[in-house]
Amino acid sequence: MLDQTDSYQTADGRTIGPVVMEMKNITLRFGGVEAIKDISFDIREGEIRAIIGPNGAGKSSMLNVISGFYVPQEGEVWYKGSRRPAMKPFQVARQGIARTFQNIALFEGMTVLDNVMTGRLTHMETGLFAQSLWKGKAEAEEIANREVAEKIIDFLEIQAIRKTPVARLPYGLKKRVELARALAAEPTILLLDEPMAGMNVEEKEDMSRFILDVNDEFGTTIALIEHDMGVVMDLSDRVVVMDYGKKIGDGTPDEVRNNQEVIDAYLGVAHD
Amino acid sequence: MNEQLAFTIEVFLNGLMAGVLYALVALGFVLIYKASGIFNYAQGVMALFAAMTLVGIQNGQVPFAHLINAIFGTDVHKFGWHVHSFAAILLTVIVMIALAWMVQQFVFKHLVGQEPIILFMATIGLAYFLEGVADLMWGSELKALNVCASEGNCLPQGMNVWLEGTTYEALGYGFFIDNLDIVASIVAAVLVAGLVIFAQYTKQGRAMRAVADDHQAALSVGVSLNFIWVLVWSLAGFVALVAGIMWGAKSGVQFSLSLIALKALPVLMLGGFTSIPGAIIGGLIIGVGEKLFEFLIGAPFLGGATENWFAYMLALVFLVFRPQGLFGEKIIERV
Repeated sequence: MLDQTDSYQTADGRTIGPVVMEMKNITLRFGGVEAIKDISFDIREGEIRAIIGPNGAGKSSMLNVISGFYVPQEGEVWYKGSRRPAMKPFQVARQGIARTFQNIALFEGMTVLDNVMTGRLTHMETGLFAQSLWKGKAEAEEIANREVAEKIIDFLEIQAIRKTPVARLPYGLKKRVELARALAAEPTILLLDEPMAGMNVEEKEDMSRFILDVNDEFGTTIALIEHDMGVVMDLSDRVVVMDYGKKIGDGTPDEVRNNQEVIDAYLGVAHD
Repeated sequence: MNEQLAFTIEVFLNGLMAGVLYALVALGFVLIYKASGIFNYAQGVMALFAAMTLVGIQNGQVPFAHLINAIFGTDVHKFGWHVHSFAAILLTVIVMIALAWMVQQFVFKHLVGQEPIILFMATIGLAYFLEGVADLMWGSELKALNVCASEGNCLPQGMNVWLEGTTYEALGYGFFIDNLDIVASIVAAVLVAGLVIFAQYTKQGRAMRAVADDHQAALSVGVSLNFIWVLVWSLAGFVALVAGIMWGAKSGVQFSLSLIALKALPVLMLGGFTSIPGAIIGGLIIGVGEKLFEFLIGAPFLGGATENWFAYMLALVFLVFRPQGLFGEKIIERV
């Protein structure tokens, strides 16, 4: 059994580090409905961690707990070795947790470049006054941030649409722009809410490649939600499986695939 | 030059100048509406409040003098000093920022996610509350606002004379435009340029646009909605101050000043509620439209006084054909 602080090598030669985030006994209720029931799991540095489950399993709720959009009634979130107090989403973002949304939340009126630049906001330190005067430090900072943004735009192969207003882009590209914006924050943990939802096979393959490349190139820790089993199994190092708000499986893709409870949840089981 | 034509052009120019003032008020509305979806009915009262605060500080009035005297049986009215205009404007800006913070902290923070009509109602309440506070703080009498009271006349004088002379020599007809109008136009131009640069090129400006576009997405990139809303109300307060100074200098600081908010409505219908350039262009169209209509049609055929209703009629006609305004975001519903 691995310890919290241990590292290990994967079969393809990547290093998975110690635990960076741990969810302890999280319970989330909406009125009388329990969306998440006493779930615990951890995320290790540098890994691709998937949360899967059928529709309504509570996956998105879990992601929203991690990113601070929901505050669980019970349980603790541990981040970088200390317990995280209840936080607003923007404070979570400033701690280095970036996310995308299932239904895409981009700034539709802004260009792709502007959208990606908003991802850099947490890295801009110069005060209001200096910014307004647009001199010296502020200028240098803007240039440095611009370079990071351009690098990510190149990386995700969206140079051609840099100056296009996002509202004009097709769905698949919007998803990619959202990934670029999240990535621009150079996050400690990148949360992807159904990155492949609504895509055709080709787009799914592209997105899978980008996710793997991001993890490989920048060493970014990625936690993603998906209900397409096949895609997830190829991508991730470890998988949490949820069903009706409960955790029914946790482990490597192979372990999860052979878990009877998981098979039942996905294929249905005869009750007699 | 044809006398009638020259006179029409002069009316046109004066209309432009009046339009600048309308645009200034409309600008305050747009800033808040864009960032928070709140139609701020109190914008006019904010202009009044700002102008009264400015005059009060300038004249060394003791704020809440009436209240203090009633409670403590004292008889204080003035500090007996006179504050330099520049310092007074700076102090008023601080007051407006404090006001912005309080509005967000005590009212709108608790109304996040409510229906637009609820937010609108809250601003009506705010408007009358603020009017009461302004009254209580500075007294209700008509005050003259002279930004340059203590320093002599510091508006650059003679611009109108120069303009009249130059145009007379060049065109054979001297155009007369009020000095104050010229200054107001320059101030408005600088203000708008400043706002656009701020929104386009600074961190806070980028965050502001982000909030205006999508709250959820803004949160996810680490933008504090609360901070941005205080910022936006502060900016609207600053714009209100500028509008208050211009209108106050023109017609004195009195409670009817708050009614200029109503004049901004047709401007917004024309320009769209979400567009800064729209507010400017809309203001100019309304200003020019009502002056020209009065001059060419109203006065000769309709018995005059058309300026009272023309703007609203124009806006109504406009609404029928282009509900989102000239520059407003077109609403496209996906089916």
